[in-house]
Amino acid sequence: MSFFAISVTLFIAMVLEVIDLSKTFPLEIGFLRPEWVLMTLIYWMIALPQRVGVMMSWGVGILMDVLLGSGIGHHSLSFLLISYISLKFYQRLRMFSVVQQAIVVFGFLFLHVMISFSVEYFFYSVTWTMWNLMPLLTSALIWPLVFLLLRALRRSLQLA
Amino acid sequence: MVLLSFVLLSTDRHADFLDKPRFLISSILYPIHATANLPHKVIQMTENVFASREYLQERVLFLEGKVLVIEAEIQKMASLAAENNRLRQLLGSAAKIQEDILVAEVIGTDPNPMQQSVLINKGRIHGVFEKQSVIDSQGLLGQIIEVSDRYSRIMLVSDTNSFVPVSVARNNLRLMLQGGGISRTLKLMHVNATADIKIGDLLISSGLGDRFLPGYPVGLIEKIEYVEGKPFAAVTALPSAKLDRSRYVLLVFSKSEKPVLSRGSIKSEFLALEVE
Repeated sequence: MSFFAISVTLFIAMVLEVIDLSKTFPLEIGFLRPEWVLMTLIYWMIALPQRVGVMMSWGVGILMDVLLGSGIGHHSLSFLLISYISLKFYQRLRMFSVVQQAIVVFGFLFLHVMISFSVEYFFYSVTWTMWNLMPLLTSALIWPLVFLLLRALRRSLQLA
Repeated sequence: MVLLSFVLLSTDRHADFLDKPRFLISSILYPIHATANLPHKVIQMTENVFASREYLQERVLFLEGKVLVIEAEIQKMASLAAENNRLRQLLGSAAKIQEDILVAEVIGTDPNPMQQSVLINKGRIHGVFEKQSVIDSQGLLGQIIEVSDRYSRIMLVSDTNSFVPVSVARNNLRLMLQGGGISRTLKLMHVNATADIKIGDLLISSGLGDRFLPGYPVGLIEKIEYVEGKPFAAVTALPSAKLDRSRYVLLVFSKSEKPVLSRGSIKSEFLALEVE
């Protein structure tokens, strides 16, 4: 049951990750896209650490690589490191208020952006813009919503 | 596992035996792209259903007029192509190859604006292959970089990892064109400060390197800057293709590679005229 719920939420997050807004909005809207999949993973790792492990987030990272057409190993690397940290400290993260969690998410995403950029920098060619940091802000702002939605889902399904 | 990620990354960059698993996974992930494209499909359908009769009539008239104009132009093209081939025969060079075209619809763009790629709804089952040239009605759009069962990914010419061998249409000067990344412009590489190049020059794909098909317009020179002390001029070009606005793209097959679906494909029979 919990596996089913996790898969469905990850599916929705992946759809949100690739949904195409550029036909109705200017191209730069893409920079504001929160990291849905990573946030969903972080939530489930805090809530059900015995279900979502390092292996699973690595696998989801591979799926993301294929989904977004980045080099295989790109997302899986940063997801792996972030999941390691959040599984190490999940008990402490549970105690945090939503706002404190949002700050932690901000930090995780900073790590993610840095890893992503360095991977792209070393293996492909890419230029740095400050826009790369925009997902941090939007993700941290939207984290309370994600957290409350997923917690409501988890409580209504009585997953522990 | 960190190590494994690094190994995977470098194999994916430098070798191609990860293409098979990537193909498998991306075929499984098709529902995600399909779901993400659903809102657009719904909007399109409602627009079609609720379009007024007058609007549709007007549209039909407009399109009919356009077809007439294009047909007239094709007539001119046919005679020009025949003449061109005759001249080529006189010069002893090979005749231009015949090309087939398959129409595809754009179903998604890359969520990361730094990467310039789009998804189209034609894949391996339609005969699409990697490194295939893609054009739109205005010019060269890019190349196929990833093929899945029923969709594939195009790297646009404006991506920083995209390099197109081009030549200046006016004097056949051979140059290399790199994508400009986020700015959606193109950069000409290694242009000598003394090179004969002007603002407004048309760049066409030269076909060198056997990657892109020759003869398609790629861009117009927009700006030339000579920086003192630098050996090369900084030249930027505007892409000819409507990179972020084309809804339909054309996949080009040269004669040896046939598209699998004949439905929706337009055969160009410019060269059917016999040369005596």
